[in-house]
Amino acid sequence: MSHEAHAAAHGHVHAPPQGFIRKWIFSLDHKVIGMQYFLLALVAVFIGMGLSLLMRYHLAYPGEKIPLFGSTLTPELYLSLVTMHGTIMVFMVLTTAPQSGFGNYFLPIQIGAADMAFPVINMLSFWTTFVSFVVLIAAFFVEGGAPLGGWTGYAPLSALGEIAGPGQGMGMNLWIISIAIFCLGSLIGALNFITTTIDLRAPGMTFMRMPLTVWAWFITAILGLLAFGVLLAAGVLLLLDRVGGTSFFIPGGLVVTDKAITNHTGGSPLLWQHLFWFFGHPEVYIAILPGMGVTSHVLSTFSRKPIFGYRAMVYALSAIGVMGFCVWGHHMFQSGMSPYTAFAFSILTMSIGVPSAIKTFNWLGTLWDSQIRFTSAMFFALGFVSLFVSGGLSGLFLAQPAVDLPLHDTYFVVAHFHLVMGVAAIFGMFAATYFWFPKMFGRHMSEGLGKLHFILTFIGTNAIFFPMHWMGLWGQPRRYSSDSPFAFMAEMTPLHKFITIFAIITAVAQLIFLWNFLWSIWRGKKAEMNPWHATTLEWTIPGPPPHDNFGGEVRRIHRGPYEFAVPGEAEDFVMQDRAPALAGKA
Amino acid sequence: MPGAPVIDEIDIGHDGSGPPPAAAAPRGDDGGARQPHREIPQSIYLTALTLALGTILMFFMALVSAFIVRKGLGGDWRPIELPRVLWLTTAILLISSFTVERARRLLSSGETEGFKKWWYLTTGLGFAFLFGQFQAWQELRAAGVYLATNPSSSFFYLLTAAHGFHLLGGILALVYVALRGIVPRPGRHIQPGTAAEVASVYWHFMDGLWVFLFLLLHFGR
Repeated sequence: MSHEAHAAAHGHVHAPPQGFIRKWIFSLDHKVIGMQYFLLALVAVFIGMGLSLLMRYHLAYPGEKIPLFGSTLTPELYLSLVTMHGTIMVFMVLTTAPQSGFGNYFLPIQIGAADMAFPVINMLSFWTTFVSFVVLIAAFFVEGGAPLGGWTGYAPLSALGEIAGPGQGMGMNLWIISIAIFCLGSLIGALNFITTTIDLRAPGMTFMRMPLTVWAWFITAILGLLAFGVLLAAGVLLLLDRVGGTSFFIPGGLVVTDKAITNHTGGSPLLWQHLFWFFGHPEVYIAILPGMGVTSHVLSTFSRKPIFGYRAMVYALSAIGVMGFCVWGHHMFQSGMSPYTAFAFSILTMSIGVPSAIKTFNWLGTLWDSQIRFTSAMFFALGFVSLFVSGGLSGLFLAQPAVDLPLHDTYFVVAHFHLVMGVAAIFGMFAATYFWFPKMFGRHMSEGLGKLHFILTFIGTNAIFFPMHWMGLWGQPRRYSSDSPFAFMAEMTPLHKFITIFAIITAVAQLIFLWNFLWSIWRGKKAEMNPWHATTLEWTIPGPPPHDNFGGEVRRIHRGPYEFAVPGEAEDFVMQDRAPALAGKA
Repeated sequence: MPGAPVIDEIDIGHDGSGPPPAAAAPRGDDGGARQPHREIPQSIYLTALTLALGTILMFFMALVSAFIVRKGLGGDWRPIELPRVLWLTTAILLISSFTVERARRLLSSGETEGFKKWWYLTTGLGFAFLFGQFQAWQELRAAGVYLATNPSSSFFYLLTAAHGFHLLGGILALVYVALRGIVPRPGRHIQPGTAAEVASVYWHFMDGLWVFLFLLLHFGR
């Protein structure tokens, strides 16, 4: 039976599509879908970064016209930028690229599968997410503009409509609808990831032989599956309060912009916070876990050592995933919560420090006494560890109610979550991009430009977010568009200027990345099949991989994913699918 | 072929539930060391169903916890009189679980005519249930109880609508199984037995979920 006939008989390995639309637009190929997610995130991250630059310029030079933008920012516009920056970055960047982008591309290959379990659902998952992105961006262009309520959309102001502000009308409706659509896309995506991991692993690919990247995507998908349903439910309730006249979140007796709200009674704004953060906290881990997986993978590869404590890494990932569902209350210490409840949330939150520390020390253990190869990917993985520590430690401050109360809604919190969830996760994505680019495009990105990109970004992001800790301790509240009414805040304007200058430098550094990325697709140095001498399955096939990944072959897996420097081996790495030497032959 | 992976044995359908290993063609039959494709195991459909039920459960539990919290706030909560037709619809749905199970068992024992009869009956009962739920809405509407009348009615409409919407998905699954027929298809397609199993497990879940919601609405209104 010929290969084609076989493929036709068994259906799974569908023939590569020929037409442009089926090949690149409505593709069923997990690799193309992964690239689509990646490109969506790339567009979104530059939009989100652009919004942050507008805000940064305004904070440093309040009242001045912003170059290129042509006008100043009103307080309402500033708030809508805050909202859209947060929403775009959290949902369209941090949730899409690390998980749906790289996960889609490499999870099936790393477990030896020809595709995802449900290719059509995979395609629908991307296009649902794309529609969600379009709806979200549309909020900029409706009457009243984008919503003002921040990415957390706190009720009751998010539930009342236009009376709560210009963007709280149609803009807010679009925001909720966009998030609801995003939930659907993420849910079917998560379902696909988990099913693929459970049912389509190659023979011999036991759970404890899966690369840590796969573990991270798997656990992230479980978090998504359990969390996004809750956000969807909350979104439905919020939308009903806005358009159906219900009072789930709107209390009675409200007076908003000098008008009494008479048609709502008895609702609970705190109910929204509970539902939102029950999703919101796991969402933080949805953003960061894939970065942890990539960091483990890259550190081991370029240290030329097995990852230190593979099992401990798996258990720590799982523990972070489980505990992530038990700590949402730490976002609400300020809400009048009982001190006993706060105490429980506080203890649980600080307990997450244990698996986090296990991971950190295992990364350091992997690096210890190793022959590090300083590639761009390795630099970003090391940067991830650094940012995870500096951003994570401030989490221990904020986990204590007594410390959190004065720091709540200050720049200290802004510094904390940007470092640990935003920048660290982005560093994970950069590490993944530099690491897998040779596989995705068959060419290398420029290492020189990559290292320049790393140095500027590492210094830049630390220069942006580190001073914010002090600003927060000084009392600078977040989301304020202007310092001028408060004398103590005006004293921080020089620091704002410092941060803004580094924000611009960091943004320009990202153009270096963009140039390097685009240029290398066509002009980069040709890559061999396994340029990093890595061990996992994606390095046993050409780059870019063929349509059905393994050309129809069944790979049998014989070993764990990080067999570096194995005594007695000729080379310092052993591929996962290499059979052990026959007994007696040695 | 140099560099070709060593494959000790062909492991197909490692979960044991897959169809017979039709892919286990002799080695090298296409002139090289290329190994045959692995079948996609039918277990993916049941795994995906289990996961989908997990997320649907989370969705409804979020709504139910909102129900409990909102009711606990007291004040404006006014119990509504539940329409009596709900007892009938509940009975219809319970019966439909038995009919769908009977159909599935007939299919697995190869009695396709009996399968069809009971399967169509289940589909009809599903439509009857939805019609009854709609009647309940009409009754409430006639009594002047609307979505925004008070939180109790808000949750009534919301929970019944959300459940009805999911049950409609179940009806579509029943119709799909009926339309696609019972002829096995090669390749990655879902096989009739699996399709019937997925649809019926989903149906039982929707049944159980409704009983839970009905009790919640009845005792918690």
